[in-house]
Amino acid sequence: MKIIVAVKQVPSRDSAIRLDAAGKWLEERDLTFEINEPDAYALEEALLLKQKHGGEVIVLCAGPERAGQTIRETLAKGADRAIHILCDDLVRLDTLALARRLAAAAAAENADLILTGLQSDDLGLGLTGVVMAEILGMPHAAIVMQVEILDSSVRVKRELEDGWFQWVQMPMPALLTIQSGISPLRYATLMGIKKAKTKEVRRIAPEQLSPPEPPTIALQRVYLPPRKKKTQIITGAPAEAAAKLADVLKFEMRVL
Amino acid sequence: MNGVLAILEYRGGWNRMSWEALAAGQALAAQLNQPLMAAVAGANLDEAMADLAAKPLARAFAVRHPLLGEYTADGFTAAFEQLIRALDPALALFPHTYQVRDFAPCLAMRFGQTLIADAIAIGVDSGQPVFVRQLLQGKLNADYRHAGAGPCFVSIQAGAFRADALAGEPSGARCAVEEFAPRIEASQIRSQPGERFRESAQTVDLSAASLIVAVGRGIKEQANLPVVEELARALGAELAASRPICDNGWLPMEGQVGSSGQTVSPKVYIAVGISGAIQHLVGMKGSKAIIAINKDESAPIFEVADYGIVGDLFEVAPALTAAVRKVKGG
Ligand SMILES: Cc1cc2nc3c(=O)[nH]c(=O)nc-3n(C[C@H](O)[C@H](O)[C@H](O)COP(=O)(O)OP(=O)(O)OC[C@H]3O[C@@H](n4cnc5c(N)ncnc54)[C@H](O)[C@@H]3O)c2cc1C
Repeated sequence: MKIIVAVKQVPSRDSAIRLDAAGKWLEERDLTFEINEPDAYALEEALLLKQKHGGEVIVLCAGPERAGQTIRETLAKGADRAIHILCDDLVRLDTLALARRLAAAAAAENADLILTGLQSDDLGLGLTGVVMAEILGMPHAAIVMQVEILDSSVRVKRELEDGWFQWVQMPMPALLTIQSGISPLRYATLMGIKKAKTKEVRRIAPEQLSPPEPPTIALQRVYLPPRKKKTQIITGAPAEAAAKLADVLKFEMRVL
Repeated sequence: MNGVLAILEYRGGWNRMSWEALAAGQALAAQLNQPLMAAVAGANLDEAMADLAAKPLARAFAVRHPLLGEYTADGFTAAFEQLIRALDPALALFPHTYQVRDFAPCLAMRFGQTLIADAIAIGVDSGQPVFVRQLLQGKLNADYRHAGAGPCFVSIQAGAFRADALAGEPSGARCAVEEFAPRIEASQIRSQPGERFRESAQTVDLSAASLIVAVGRGIKEQANLPVVEELARALGAELAASRPICDNGWLPMEGQVGSSGQTVSPKVYIAVGISGAIQHLVGMKGSKAIIAINKDESAPIFEVADYGIVGDLFEVAPALTAAVRKVKGG
């Protein structure tokens, strides 16, 4: 079975956040980067499916030079090879244009399954995977928590609201967007890290994949959210603040 | 292109986020001076349409077909594509539900558009709507505009608009309900949905708890859990968690609070090392009082907290445990 996993490199959760001078994005120099968390789970699922059914796991990533580090990490965990669409215009691009690039690169591989994380930790739109499926003419399912392969079809458990689930079956090739927590993540082994250095990373320029098109949505500015609510911040050394809070719990909230 | 079309979610009962999306649509339609329309898809829609008829709508559509009885991405995308082509609205608005996440991106793509997903506010600037979205799980806001020709597709975040702001038709007049019969073939629908189910009987019913201590990724390791377990014990509180804690298997899934877990409304909810992502907030913001302990003073959890301590949970939580024991003992 041939599985493509589309992954994105995003600012790490504990990065210092400072806006850039134009107020259009973050000051990148302040940031550290990591794999988008749901994408790490998509990779995990692909590696598990390969262990069970054999085949190949190909990582597909659009991003600047620095995304190469994230790609290496996926190879160290066990992906067989990678395609790196080398581009530094992700922030200006709309999802449609990005999905067209990714879909064009994926189409050439004729994979049985394409997995992506359900959304990115930075933009959080949750579109890329589903739109890729539409472009490629594949059936899809979003927010997937379990995957079973049955001959030429795939059966997936979709997460619904409030703790509900639903099994959905569809023919392959198919695209699934994977939810965090689908199974525990593995760590790269020393052996894996060594091997990763010899694995193929094919670099493609975006112009080879899809012609530029005018954007359909535009991110105009980013800013710190205005605080609407006045939280009473209890100050003081931990013991002092804790004592004040205990008083609030007893006398104001009356729960002690 | 004219009008705001709200595409709502009904499955034998309403997804209540539908009314929030409709409230957003109503505000926007008023600002743009355009008619507000609503549509819902399914096989049995009589009750749904009776409800819609009482809403302040210019038009309401029953998108009815036997193949729409159970949701499929293919069926719903095809049906709403036909409706939108027929109506040619300026905007199509959705509640940002799990179902909408599954089909609305495809639907927008059919019109060469990008869904502006999970918007939290809508403004109007020189006659053009500006949509506010959260970035980095609520740490930043961003303004988006629709740039393309063709309808604009937007989904609305849970809780961003108030369903009770939905003004009724002042005259008490009922809007006419129109039938829309899409052409769909069984062969177009590639996926087969099964029954909806819940994983297991919930052993921990947090909805009845009056005190909850909830732990998030700030706890760092499973081995550190006793820090919050002791606090919960001292308070006589139930222990709950954010999703990553349950994803890691550190606490059982039943203890998860949020959009895919439980919805709680205790007297006091103490969030320890939880950032306050929207999917967590929707499950707990109905709490009577919220207390947050977080080392990051700009964490979004402070947007809903009544009281907060900005500090290291490994110092603050044990100190609070001790202070609670002292107050209780004395
Ligand atoms: C479809 C979907 C459904 C989801 N459903 C849910 C759901 O039901 N429930 C849910 O919770 N999430 C859900 N999520 C995930 C959600 O988006 C967030 O990723 C998650 O809630 C983050 O959990 P957290 O706050 O514990 O972790 P983080 O966001 O990583 O926050 C950790 C916090 O701990 C603080 N911290 C770190 N160290 C310390 C310290 N020493 N002392 C004090 N504070 C510290 C940090 O400042 C930070 O604010 C869902 C996501 C999606 C896409």
